[in-house]
Amino acid sequence: MKGMTVIVKTISSWIKVLIFLFGIYIIFFGHLTPGGGFSGGVILASSYVLLMLAFGREFAQENLSLGVASKLDCVGALLFIAVALCGLLYGAAGFFLNFIYQKLEIGQEFNLVSAGTIPLSNIAIGLKVGASLFLIVLVLSMFRPEISAPEKE
Amino acid sequence: MTIFYVLLVFVIIAALVAVETKNLLSAVICIGAVGFGASLLFLFLRAPDIAITQIVVEVLGLVILIRATISRDKTFITGDREFFAVVVSVVIVFVILLAGVHVFQTLPDFGKPAFAVAAESDRLPAPASQKYIKDGLKDTGAANLVASVILDYRAYDTLGEATVLFTSIIGATVIMRRKSRKLLEEPEI
Repeated sequence: MKGMTVIVKTISSWIKVLIFLFGIYIIFFGHLTPGGGFSGGVILASSYVLLMLAFGREFAQENLSLGVASKLDCVGALLFIAVALCGLLYGAAGFFLNFIYQKLEIGQEFNLVSAGTIPLSNIAIGLKVGASLFLIVLVLSMFRPEISAPEKE
Repeated sequence: MTIFYVLLVFVIIAALVAVETKNLLSAVICIGAVGFGASLLFLFLRAPDIAITQIVVEVLGLVILIRATISRDKTFITGDREFFAVVVSVVIVFVILLAGVHVFQTLPDFGKPAFAVAAESDRLPAPASQKYIKDGLKDTGAANLVASVILDYRAYDTLGEATVLFTSIIGATVIMRRKSRKLLEEPEI
């Protein structure tokens, strides 16, 4: 039987949703309350790591496979670069310019839609950090048996 | 500032020696000299946090590199130590100690970080933190000033951190995969 006992499986199947939701909240409100892309991404990854610990690696891989996680990682990095490059539309010195707030003037302070490119960057970084931390744990757990295999020969 | 340029030349010479030398262990030691010289340079440039990070990374990296090279490249000291080598090493240690004492004297007093001291003292430039606190909401519209600093004022740093994370993931995946590709061709164990 893969994974841990029934108690751990039941409780972690309830809790993983709350952890995931809390990670999303930390990312989306990163420009208003303490938090942001890095910490929210770590929380997102930890919900999947909890899934992996409780149910075994195969179950977690059915939910989020290695290919999908690495694609999410690349999408996050490209999104962050794209947000930075969009500032170049407003002049040569516009790399990482907060163009949505300063030029388009969308959003009001202390609202969810505010601060221009900062929430977009937070989402990109959260995607990237979450996917890559999950990838580290997945890769380290996936390739361990094969490394120790030659000793049996 | 002459000692700054002396240190700079020392770092450049050590880097050149590290590239050119044939002995693996002495190359590693030269890299260590480059790293510690760079940390002293950061102290001169009034970036104490980066200097501390540099020292920590350098010590860790040096230990790992020496551990990795010592098994591959056997280096033993044969014969007595030469008098000239002892004198040179003592002089170098003394110079580095002197430079360190000088650098720590130029640091701001304890409890007065360089970024928060007001412009009343002539030695330090006007602090950047007061500008962030005063104009952060007006410039970026973010209520969380930390987010406004790391994603608007200093977004280059965040780009660098994201790149480091991305590169480390690629490295981990490639190293792990190389071990297993040979075994993937075999049937399931």
